[in-house]
Amino acid sequence: MVADGPSLRLLPRLDDDVAFFWTSGADGVLRFLRCHACGFYVHPPGPVCPRCLSRDVAPQEVSGRGRVETYTVNHQQWIPGSEPYIIAWVSIDEQPDVRLTTNLVGVEPEDVSVGLPVRVVFEQVDDVYLPLFTPAEVGGTAGDDGEGGAA
Amino acid sequence: MSPATEEPLERRAVISGIGQSAIGRRLGCGDMDLTVEAALAAIADAGLTRDDVDGLSTYPGMGVGTPGFAGPTGPEVQDALGLSLNWHDGGGEGAGQMRAVISAALAVGAGLARHVLVYRTVSEGTAQGTGGRQGIGGSGGSGGGVPRFGGFMQWSLPFGAVSAANWIAMVGQRRMHEFGLTREQLGQIAINGRRNAALNPNAIYTDPMSMEDYLAARIISTPLCLFDCDAPCDGATALIVSHRDVEADLDHPAVHVNAVGTALRGRPSWDQFDDMTSMAARDAAASLWERTELAPRDVDTAQLYDGFSVLAIVWLEALGFCGRGESGPFIEGGAAIARDGVLPLNTAGGQLSGGRLHGFGFIHEACVQLRGEGGPRQVVRPGGRAPEVAAVANGGGPIAGTMLLTRGVR
Repeated sequence: MVADGPSLRLLPRLDDDVAFFWTSGADGVLRFLRCHACGFYVHPPGPVCPRCLSRDVAPQEVSGRGRVETYTVNHQQWIPGSEPYIIAWVSIDEQPDVRLTTNLVGVEPEDVSVGLPVRVVFEQVDDVYLPLFTPAEVGGTAGDDGEGGAA
Repeated sequence: MSPATEEPLERRAVISGIGQSAIGRRLGCGDMDLTVEAALAAIADAGLTRDDVDGLSTYPGMGVGTPGFAGPTGPEVQDALGLSLNWHDGGGEGAGQMRAVISAALAVGAGLARHVLVYRTVSEGTAQGTGGRQGIGGSGGSGGGVPRFGGFMQWSLPFGAVSAANWIAMVGQRRMHEFGLTREQLGQIAINGRRNAALNPNAIYTDPMSMEDYLAARIISTPLCLFDCDAPCDGATALIVSHRDVEADLDHPAVHVNAVGTALRGRPSWDQFDDMTSMAARDAAASLWERTELAPRDVDTAQLYDGFSVLAIVWLEALGFCGRGESGPFIEGGAAIARDGVLPLNTAGGQLSGGRLHGFGFIHEACVQLRGEGGPRQVVRPGGRAPEVAAVANGGGPIAGTMLLTRGVR
């Protein structure tokens, strides 16, 4: 069994430009900054759309669905006391060139592959809601969109 | 490059002198001691005195990174050596660690300086002496309050993606998926480095390494094992970058800068770069070949950054020594990259076995080989010819720089 992540979660500062992202999971929904002029998702957040240079950008809900682009099982004790855990780059379905570095939970390494469909689950640590991902259809239950599917 | 194109400015520069300090896992002496040792050796090698040096350049300069990473600042070295400078530069952004060499070459070409002392010093061996290898983001939450993070590290640290080892492991895994790369193929980078290190008296690790040894090493972050990660060490490398008109005054061959590659066309981060299998090496290499009449087939030896083994194979493809995705078969068995192979690679052992001199070790070794001073590890090309063209690459992920160096004008 791999762990959900390191033994200690090093946390982001909730600076003004990123606080929406790191607290978005409070209502169970993942959000990214999106350009209202051209529809481009801007991540990491910035004040201007790098595609059309519009400054009309604001957080918008996404489905929380994506796919595993690549992954690794970390064994090194960078953070003492950690058990092996899975790190992945996950792309979001709405715009596959937006990726999150994240942990895969509720899945063992032998069941992970590039292209695996996943959905977001949040881990709350203090005032931060970390977006983690779990296989979209855990246990083969098609259409299971319920919370806590990683259990 | 079309013949009508104006000559690249960097081609006015040569590396006229090279020097290295002692190199070791735990030398226990100061950054400045190492830097001075290397600098004085390079100045003497170039046949100069301290008073001839009128430029200074370093990577990364002031206040950057984990303990032992940065080395002394430019102003500290200027003061220590009593230099009077017409031009000086230092910084951690740009085309990899060799940005310091590239800017020196351009400064010489532009007439801002005539002889630039360029150095890179690390003391990560001593700094990490009481602990394990550190992640880039810091050592975690031991003692006191745990700080929070902003900037680019906030996107990876919360998930325990603490080290470049994790990020590059994901590049490696993606390459296994797209191209069928195997651990046995990847292991050839480490084994080749170790074989060459055995002939380098300054190398860190020289005991023979077999494929069995490689495959049995403990895993750091799949698919990377301990031997895929370079060896933190103490050491300084110094170069003198001079105007090419000094060539006749040298008692050894001048190493000419033929072209530099500096492009960054993809998004500048590990997790957002469009192509997860190549990243900035693709762009830097493409821009290199746009500035030269030389081609990959002209290269006699390649000194390619192997802070992690995966990075060396990324560079092999990016620079066109094999096709995209073909580096695995290219290095399989190790013959192609051996000293007598079609592309002798990392002939001083690279950073995996030679020590993490952070990019500058590759530049130094390219000069050694082009000057014919490699001793038992000297590359001899088919027909008994000495190497004339070397490719050097620094960096990985969103950070990349590359150069072509030649013996004589090409």
